[in-house]
This record gives sequence, structure tokens and C-alpha cells, in this order.
Amino acid sequence: MPMKKIFSKPASLKDAPFHYCPGCGHSIAHRLLCEAFDELDIRGIAIGVPPAGCAVLAYNYLDVDMIESAHGRGPAVATGIKRMLPDRVVFSYQGDGDLAAIGIAESFHAANRGENISVFFINNAVYGMTGGQMAPTTTMGQRTTTSPLGRSKELEGHPVQVCELFSHLRGTTYIERCAVNTPANILKTKKAILKSLQYQIDKRGFTLVEILSPCPTNWKMSPVEACKWISDVMTKEFPLGVMKDIPSAQQKKGVDAHEQ
Amino acid sequence: MKGYIEIKKEICKECHLCISVCNRDCIVPSTEYNLKGYHPVSFNDNGKCNGCSLCAIICPEVAIEVYRD
Repeated sequence: MPMKKIFSKPASLKDAPFHYCPGCGHSIAHRLLCEAFDELDIRGIAIGVPPAGCAVLAYNYLDVDMIESAHGRGPAVATGIKRMLPDRVVFSYQGDGDLAAIGIAESFHAANRGENISVFFINNAVYGMTGGQMAPTTTMGQRTTTSPLGRSKELEGHPVQVCELFSHLRGTTYIERCAVNTPANILKTKKAILKSLQYQIDKRGFTLVEILSPCPTNWKMSPVEACKWISDVMTKEFPLGVMKDIPSAQQKKGVDAHEQ
Repeated sequence: MKGYIEIKKEICKECHLCISVCNRDCIVPSTEYNLKGYHPVSFNDNGKCNGCSLCAIICPEVAIEVYRD
């Protein structure tokens, strides 16, 4: 019997080879997004906003319409696009320097307004593109080029937990934190991305998926060690899981009420 | 169940994540070079590959295609 092809490149991913370092999580996140576009069949109506950072060239890889925004202002630009073209699927793809540092105001207020957009937040705990400086999400004790003795509470403060912070806003609908360090976590991340885009299509409101992503180059580790470091250290600071999921909670409540 | 994988050697960046997740030693490092100067991994056809796709799921470069009967 001839063998069937069961895994290959998604159609929404262009043929260009990735410019990312070996073992980078950005390319895994790109692939998952493209798989989600194919499965929901929204390649023709999706509009993305790439960040400033390593993924600034995301439009070279994702075969959907994309428009670059100023550093950190992705959710503000996505808000404008979504309000003018409400039938499109609008997403913003951001790194931790983009969303949690320079763009925290725009992201926070877009979430607070409950804009009907999806935000994909790649958290790799450092500023990757500029050479591994400390980011707001750098974990306690982590050594970076600007915290050479390790991040300390007194000098740099605690890391910003974006998911926990945003889940307290009444405008947000669905917040989940995932990782792309093991095949099991990658499949969970894909489910979260699908859910987020589906909620947007159903007009449920603001959704955010945080993706813990390895950065072996700036963590000064091998790719395999970097994936292990996410499990051992990073998930202690940033626990994985669903922080908020109003539609599924409502559905569950509805089922319970029906049963009674 | 039998399977096999095809590795696109020119886009492999030698991160070895596929080797770390394969439970059956079906992927091995190699000593050849690709155009970028990396040593791409190669498929070790030991008859144990069952097409589980773990390597393809974790491959950041989407360099692996999986076939299964």
C-alpha cells in the first residue's frame, strides 16, 4: 500500500526559508497560525499586524494581508482595521518588548475596550532582535546583557505577568498562556490559536494567547536546553493554562441550568 | 504501523529538536554540509519509524514531511 502524506507545510505558509536562529519558537508559532488559517479557511479575509522585533518580517512568511505598525502599537492599528472592516479577521502578532514594554498602553487599552481582535503574544523573556537585553518578562535571577548579575527584585522589579494582568480587565474574553517547547504544548497552542480566532469570528471580543517561546541564542543555550529551561524555570514564573474563558464558562453555566 | 519521513536538508538548521523528541532513534546527526553551512540531520531508516509526527510538529523550520500507511 502506498504511504500517505500526513504532515507537510500548511498552504498559508510561504516557501521562503525562515531567517530565525536555529531552535527559535517564532517559526513554530508562524506555522501554527498558518495551520489555523487553513483549518478555518480565513486566508483570504485575515489581516495581520506584525511587531517590531525578530518577527518584524512575518509578512515574508504568512501568506495573508499584513500591515506594519509603529513599535508596540499593533493593537491600536488592529483596532482601526477591525472597526473599518468588521467582517475581516484581524490579529496582531507581538513580542514581549513590543507588547509588554513600549506598547503596554496600547495593548492594555485595546483589551480594556474589548476590541474584537486576536492578539498573539510571543514571550521569550529577552529582547531578542537587539541582542538579549532584559525585557519586562525576564524571569527573576535570569542573566541578560543588561542584568549581568541576574534580575533582582530591588533593582529591576518583578516580571510582568501579562495574562494575569489582562484577565482582570472586564473587556477581555479569552486569555490563555501556552508554550512551544514540547510537541504536546505545541498542539495545545494550536488549539488556543484556533479558539481565539473562532471567538473573533463569533464576535465575542478581545482574545489574547501568550506563547512562551525559546530563544536559544540569547539565553546562551542549545535549542534542546532552551526547551527544557521553559519547562523547568519559565513556567514557574509564568504558569501555563487558561486564565479566562467567558464563552465556555457561559456555555457550561447554560448546560448546568438546563440540566437542573 | 509503518512510516517514514523526508527531511529537506537545505532548510534544516541543525537545532536537533527532532532528535530530542524521537523515541525510536530514527533521526541522526550527519557530517555533510548544506548551503548555509549547517550539518542537516538525516533519517535513520531502521524500520522503527511509525509516522508519529512528533519530529515534524516540533521542527521550527517545517523541514520534515511525514508519510504513513
